[in-house]
Amino acid sequence: MAERIISMYEAIAEAIAQEMERDPRVFVMGEDVGFYGGIFGATTGLWKKFGDERVRDTPISEMGFVGAAVGAALEGMRPIVEVMFVDFTGACFDQILNHMSKIQYMSGGQLKVPVVLMTAIGGGYNDAAQHSQCLYGLFAHLPGLKIVIPSTPYDAKGLMIQAIRDDNPVMYFFHKGLMGLPWMTIIEATWAPVPEEPYTIPFGVADIKREGKDVTVVAVAMMVHRALEAAQKLEKEGISVEVIDLRTLVPLDREAIINSVKKTHRLLVVDEDYLSYGMSGEIVAIVAENALEYLDAPPKRLAVPDVPIPYSNTLEDFVIPSADRIAEAIKELVS
Amino acid sequence: MPVEREKLVELYRTMLKIRLFEERVAEIYWEGKSPVFNIAADPIPGEMHLYIGEEAVATGVCAHLRPDDMVAGTHRSHGHYIAKGGDLKKLMAELFGKKTGLCQGKGGHMHLFDAGLHFGCGGIIGAGIPHAVGAALAFKMQGKDNVAVSFIGDGAANIGAFHESLNLAAIWKLPVVIVVEDNLYAISVPKSKSTAVKSNAERAAAYGIPGVLVDGMDVMAVYEAAGEAIARARRGEGPSLIECLCYRYRGHFEGDPQLYKPEGEEEEWRKKDPIPNFRAKLIREGILTEEEANKIQEEVAALVAEAEKFARESPWPEPEEALKHVFL
Repeated sequence: MAERIISMYEAIAEAIAQEMERDPRVFVMGEDVGFYGGIFGATTGLWKKFGDERVRDTPISEMGFVGAAVGAALEGMRPIVEVMFVDFTGACFDQILNHMSKIQYMSGGQLKVPVVLMTAIGGGYNDAAQHSQCLYGLFAHLPGLKIVIPSTPYDAKGLMIQAIRDDNPVMYFFHKGLMGLPWMTIIEATWAPVPEEPYTIPFGVADIKREGKDVTVVAVAMMVHRALEAAQKLEKEGISVEVIDLRTLVPLDREAIINSVKKTHRLLVVDEDYLSYGMSGEIVAIVAENALEYLDAPPKRLAVPDVPIPYSNTLEDFVIPSADRIAEAIKELVS
Repeated sequence: MPVEREKLVELYRTMLKIRLFEERVAEIYWEGKSPVFNIAADPIPGEMHLYIGEEAVATGVCAHLRPDDMVAGTHRSHGHYIAKGGDLKKLMAELFGKKTGLCQGKGGHMHLFDAGLHFGCGGIIGAGIPHAVGAALAFKMQGKDNVAVSFIGDGAANIGAFHESLNLAAIWKLPVVIVVEDNLYAISVPKSKSTAVKSNAERAAAYGIPGVLVDGMDVMAVYEAAGEAIARARRGEGPSLIECLCYRYRGHFEGDPQLYKPEGEEEEWRKKDPIPNFRAKLIREGILTEEEANKIQEEVAALVAEAEKFARESPWPEPEEALKHVFL
């Protein structure tokens, strides 16, 4: 049977629709999630299918509706709430950092907060400093939030269904450049085979996208694809690159990282989030703590160099890791 | 409509329960804080915000609530919890940080949660308002006639979440009641310096919902206003806002020197104290005899003493418990 090829936004919307059919407690709210279908398409077709009650357009009130998602979850609902751009979480950060992530703990395990907060991340399309951030490292730092970052349509669907069924708060980050939107630079990986029936992908299990023996590259979202592109180029030069897609930062598949480094003896972390105090530092620390003696070279990090994302093409291209710069970094590691 | 005798006695008993519980909490708190004030000292460590003086508000509102109605409290929430029908022993044990506490010692005085009573509160001003709105949304979607109540101080009426939440509740016609406890001060800043309108009740008009200002020192006034608002919410007619004018006799926190309060202000408000006044009224109207009132006082004092004993004798949580419940 021919495999069905769909885009990531369709995969996410399909996952939500199937869970809404399965479980009447699931509903969606956020800005433009209704008739419009979500600015990045993640709720396409839901409003037509489920109506105003369960696919709820909100006013521009992130503090209000993210907090309301927490309250609804406390009363037994399973809300999916979209904050259009991750940058906009600034307007509701208190609800995420002090409430959504902590009520299960502060209540001594009495209360569950099964909210899925989905939001768009990533740059590469000249939207500049307030519409291009990733920030997942910031949220991964906070105890009590599960952090999901799919890089393919297949993962997007399985991880979304898993997120909706999880009893804990989950932050689900989708990369705008991977959604398959007609107004973004098209990359091939945007469309992929996705089964029609519902399925889940467990959290905390990394995906080894490509086996290799000379160097391990760890990444998420768009950087997975840039790393794969770099690996393909380097193959011709006789360098064998292993690419690991973490898929979730919390829980984190530490084993996959450690085992890979034990095999390749070299580590590069590529991150579209800021360099300092983030995902790349965490992974290097894990390797330093668990596999230091296996390293043949100091680990390397390639990330946004602690500057806001700039506007102009030349500037933006300079700060966000490209396949070429990933390839260069790998070559430096193996030389 | 006349209020039944039992209800009146219950209102009195609840106010007294809050008052005596907190007066005892204050004594225990200071027991560990003298001769040298150390905020972390047991038996009750941390900050302590007492509700003494404001009992009529929580009591008058919660008298209309069922256990399955939701209450989102504040950082000053012992009174809300007790009025909702909370367990004094578990509450006291939580203040002590004991394993038998409401949240097994993980929440403490500002973070009280009781899943069975649909009660929660927290230390961030106004953050509970959207939670109540969300709970009300859940009730509506579930086809229940339950109500959610958000208690806030007058200071919280100036944060963004207040306005966002009132708008959400109004457009979605949710069964939520916002109760503003105007105790004149947001920590030290008087309402006249922080709020341009005279009463927050006026702000309700901006969202197209009813808003009333009531005497928060008069439990019957609160009871009547809350009764209307809650009944309206249960009927599916949407949210309301009630502002209750009241006074906190103690500081914002225990140890607050209260230099911002004008001299004589407290004495004036003491004349309006909701508890002795209500007691006198019940006796005057023949609802209670002096003897019966004294008996209630003794019963409540015994409950508080029992709660204290339970808390003192309860075990500490195992240190490793700190690692549990990050995820469920």
